[in-house]
Amino acid sequence: MSEITPDTVRHLASLARILVTDEEVETLASELNVIVDAVATVNQAVSGDVVATSHPIPMANVFREDEVRPSLTQAEALSGAPDSAEGRFRVAAILDEE
Amino acid sequence: MTELIHRSASELASLISSKEVSSQEVTKAFFDRSEALNSVTNSYLHLSRENAMAAAKAADEATARGEAHSVLHGVPIAVKDNLTTTDAPTTSGSNILKGWVPQYDATVVTKLRRGGLPILGKTNLDEFAMGSSTEYSAFGPSRNPWDLDRIPGGSGGGSSSAVSGFLAPIAIGSDTGGSIRFPAAVTGSVGAKPTYGAVSRYGLIALASSLDQIGPVSNTVLDSALLQDVISGHDPMDSTSLPQSLGSMADAVRNADPKGLRVGVVKQLSSDGFQPGVKELFEDTVAKLQAAGAEVVEVDCPSFEYAVAAYYLILPAEASSNLAKFDSVRFGLRVTPDGNPTIERVMAATREAGFGPEVKRRIILGTYALSSGYYDAYYGSAQKVRTLIQQDLAKAFAKVDVLLTPTAPTTAFKIGEKVNDPLAMYLNDIATIPANLAGIPGMSVPNGLAKEDGLPSGVQILAPQMQDAQMYRVGAIIEKLYAAQWGGPLIAQAPKLEAK
Repeated sequence: MSEITPDTVRHLASLARILVTDEEVETLASELNVIVDAVATVNQAVSGDVVATSHPIPMANVFREDEVRPSLTQAEALSGAPDSAEGRFRVAAILDEE
Repeated sequence: MTELIHRSASELASLISSKEVSSQEVTKAFFDRSEALNSVTNSYLHLSRENAMAAAKAADEATARGEAHSVLHGVPIAVKDNLTTTDAPTTSGSNILKGWVPQYDATVVTKLRRGGLPILGKTNLDEFAMGSSTEYSAFGPSRNPWDLDRIPGGSGGGSSSAVSGFLAPIAIGSDTGGSIRFPAAVTGSVGAKPTYGAVSRYGLIALASSLDQIGPVSNTVLDSALLQDVISGHDPMDSTSLPQSLGSMADAVRNADPKGLRVGVVKQLSSDGFQPGVKELFEDTVAKLQAAGAEVVEVDCPSFEYAVAAYYLILPAEASSNLAKFDSVRFGLRVTPDGNPTIERVMAATREAGFGPEVKRRIILGTYALSSGYYDAYYGSAQKVRTLIQQDLAKAFAKVDVLLTPTAPTTAFKIGEKVNDPLAMYLNDIATIPANLAGIPGMSVPNGLAKEDGLPSGVQILAPQMQDAQMYRVGAIIEKLYAAQWGGPLIAQAPKLEAK
């Protein structure tokens, strides 16, 4: 049995930058315990000498010529942003005032 | 003459090229039907009549000049809403992208435009393709044309319901763990996941980058083959795109012959856990192939038992990273809490408001699987299972050309039946997930109606990496064997949709 507590969920949610309500925390904790117990069975399948596969088809060093190509204009790149100013994405303060 | 909407894409392409009908007539016929019936099936999130009719007109002008820009020139198509389109909103089924119009087209969309295929609209999906039923779409579930109270599969239930309900002749789907094949099975249609890398993922809103693959959705095997031929090919914009061509899938379908075919039945996916009617139909398919001259053997893939577990670690891990880009800065929703919040609080409030429950669940699960102290036990072990599955498949494919399994454990379930039980929902993909973990091609072809509920079932064909042609060959053989029995495609037996 895994041990995902409401506090674990709060911590994970803050790492993932998702605000969660107390009610959501309780539900998620119980759902995640069930899911994690089920997926933890992967440990029964593997022993130390198995190599990990991160990608189904091995490929390495896919390069292209280093040449300038047409790309989005600044206006296009900013066109989907919720807010922009002076040709840049505009966001709330990054640092707290304290 | 058969109504245009009931024609296959390949028949429509022939009629258009011989100028018996115009692309504009065909496109209009599907539009009229889609506008009348979309409130019934909720297949489309967005319909683009003007754009599609303009593309159809351009296709007709090309035909008049004696040009055909692809093997499906002039045939209209529906596109899953997780592919970017510059002329239509792209939401990926999420409130966080509601109303967003991308600045660039996905490579597949570019290929469709250049190939002369008018795009009818964008189809519904589970939010960011996370789900097996479309019930996790922020814009309501799509409905199965065979029974409107049932799910059309997912995540590509918009595309499967559009094609099986004749709201589009063909559609584009994406398949991370079965999102093309499961919907095809439960709607009596055809769907294929090509070899990983055969189709460019540029412009596909990523779910799990090492598993995602774009593929065709259709009512016939030939139509899927033709569509795969149109959309596949190397793309320098996708570094995981295969450099080599896999040949013509349409040729593989047209020349399909069961002579010398060796078929493997996977021991782990042919016994427990399947609905009796689904299992019976699967056994019937195997018997039919054997009677047609194929050699059938049982193959053992013991690590398949761990495929779902490995998948639900790898997928959330990759998804939690991929979905970090929805941060309220460059596109999509921004929710600003009261006071003078920092950007971190804006991000958290935005993601709380913009993501649905399944997306939050998987992001948090992925964050857990990747956290220090758990990484080796979860994500690391899951990646090793991936190796074991590839090894099992290599052994199996040394003995046989293709593997057969039922595509899905059950026929279409009722809307609402599994939505509050995430684990039960995950098990729908038990037979489809191994193909994504191993990067091999897989397709679902209809093999009848289950005895207990009269709903469609599908058989899955798996082939080795790069051997998509072998998969299409066997799909065509199975389709032909059943057409002889049914006197036509299974989809012809679907109930007639009535406008509300």
